[in-house]
Amino acid sequence: MKPPSKRRRSKFQATKINPSRFHPVQLRYLAVLLPISLVMLLPLLFIFNHAFKPFEELFAFPPRFLVKNPTMANFRNLFALTGTSGIPMSRYLFNSLVVTAVVIVVSILIATLAGYALSKLNFRGKKTLNEINTIALMFVGVAVTIPRYLVIETLGLIDSFWIHILPYLAVPVGLFLVKQFIDQIPNELLDAARIDGANEWQIFGKIVVPLIKPAIATIMILSFQTVWNSADTSATYINTDALKTFAFYMGTLTTNTNPVAGQGMAAAASLIMFVPNLVIFIFLQSKVIDTMAHSGIK
Amino acid sequence: MKPFVARLRGLFMSKRKVSDRQRIAYVFVFPYALMFFIFIVVPVAAAIGLAFTYFDTVRTPYFVGFENFINILTSDVEFMQYVIPNTLKYAVIVGPGGYILSFLLAWLLAQLTPKVRTVLALIIYSPSLTAGVTMAVLWKVIFAGDETGYLNMFLMNIGAINEPIAWLTSKEYLMPIMIGVTLWSSMGVGFLAMLAGILNVNQDLYEAGYIDGIKNKFQEMIYITIPTIKPQMLFGAVMAIVGTFGASGIGVALSGSNPTPQYAGQLIVNHIEFFGFTKYEMGYAAALSVILLLVVYAVSRFAFRLFGSKDE
Repeated sequence: MKPPSKRRRSKFQATKINPSRFHPVQLRYLAVLLPISLVMLLPLLFIFNHAFKPFEELFAFPPRFLVKNPTMANFRNLFALTGTSGIPMSRYLFNSLVVTAVVIVVSILIATLAGYALSKLNFRGKKTLNEINTIALMFVGVAVTIPRYLVIETLGLIDSFWIHILPYLAVPVGLFLVKQFIDQIPNELLDAARIDGANEWQIFGKIVVPLIKPAIATIMILSFQTVWNSADTSATYINTDALKTFAFYMGTLTTNTNPVAGQGMAAAASLIMFVPNLVIFIFLQSKVIDTMAHSGIK
Repeated sequence: MKPFVARLRGLFMSKRKVSDRQRIAYVFVFPYALMFFIFIVVPVAAAIGLAFTYFDTVRTPYFVGFENFINILTSDVEFMQYVIPNTLKYAVIVGPGGYILSFLLAWLLAQLTPKVRTVLALIIYSPSLTAGVTMAVLWKVIFAGDETGYLNMFLMNIGAINEPIAWLTSKEYLMPIMIGVTLWSSMGVGFLAMLAGILNVNQDLYEAGYIDGIKNKFQEMIYITIPTIKPQMLFGAVMAIVGTFGASGIGVALSGSNPTPQYAGQLIVNHIEFFGFTKYEMGYAAALSVILLLVVYAVSRFAFRLFGSKDE
């Protein structure tokens, strides 16, 4: 038998916050969390099941929640479908992939560069930019839809592919998180590199970027979610069908096509929309949690 | 005395090099600042400018002073009768409700071992991934107004109702459904921030707290956890406020019409879009936008006062 003090500490290890092993006390928390998790999971379970339902199950009466005879028919129909405009679905998917990839790469690049300058370099207007960016965290994009439309119209970006990309490049939350991270890097480290003859680009690429990988992963997820799921840009600014994105196309499936055949395809399409979000998050979640530990506003 | 390395830097670097570094700082900041300026600063400034004009998108806007604001406050019946009460009800429940729920769930998750926690956190976070587009398929099928709707079917099976209810076009149910769906998807970035904050609290603080007379988990949460993770609480609060007002297109998405049936789910954002894109009264819509931005800003400042550090 263990000495009492050791036993007490061992119990503490299992009942404290972030416990290292299981203790019956945790059942209390699980009793609350499991039902809630189930409610959270139900609609997602529904997306997964609905997409694989054959025609008769989609419209079965009474409706069934879970799929009985899974089929790929909805996916086949979706990929074979060519919209009224004669544009295959793959075109929309291609547009979305290009837009998402470009936005992620560029938004990360400009946010990390700006974050480095704001955190470690001196220039005039630094304080102002920092403060405006913190205020911009509270910015609600939908509130200025209309002036934004006018700005974009003035710039001549209506019906241009660029409109999918340019408005999403500056992410105030992204810059904010990156700056919080770079603030933690000791100046001595950067100075040492400067003495060794590194220029600012080398310091940025070889020292700063590797140290802030978790923050970069987080911007990646945030940017991905915004851009990949955005249907509004296509609806508001794009007239040429060939330039619209997959998210927009998906939304039209439920309204424009035959409501009976459309529902199966819409379910398949929403699964295709959702899965990349989930996969990327699962891969990067530990990094995100790491970033969020530094996310506080002081 | 300056630290050793800083003095070395002074020895090795000429004045010219330092000004080079200033120049390169501008290069680093420029792309972000440019995009930020064009797509965030200018639209906000334009909204403020347009709010004081009459603008129908065809003729040049002309200055009308505070007329738009006066009209909003005195003669916009729908705004006073539906939009304000709806927005208040929605924001008060979804904002603080979603925020408190996020914190409590994060706190509960922090009491579990890492593996179980990761799985449950992923499940709880995942609804916030299902933005906009999946809405149509998911919720419209569940809340469908005829007997093929899952909810109607379920309620009829257990005998709670006899006739199917048209959930999404009904005056009584649209708002509660909007609130429920938004709460369901409100465990987003703020939730993750608070979870990470709670996990990072120094364990010694709790041990010290117990020596100082803390008796239970609740006291531990109030006296140690929350004060220690104030910065994350603030970040979470700001994200919750922005999320609440930003996700407010949901009523139109669910019911499929703007204005929503009998204005049941009409929120200020829908009102702005209705005036801007349906009636083309851009000046008026801009004035509404300015009011919304001011409200969000005011509420955020309140959060800053609640959780901000003293030296701010």
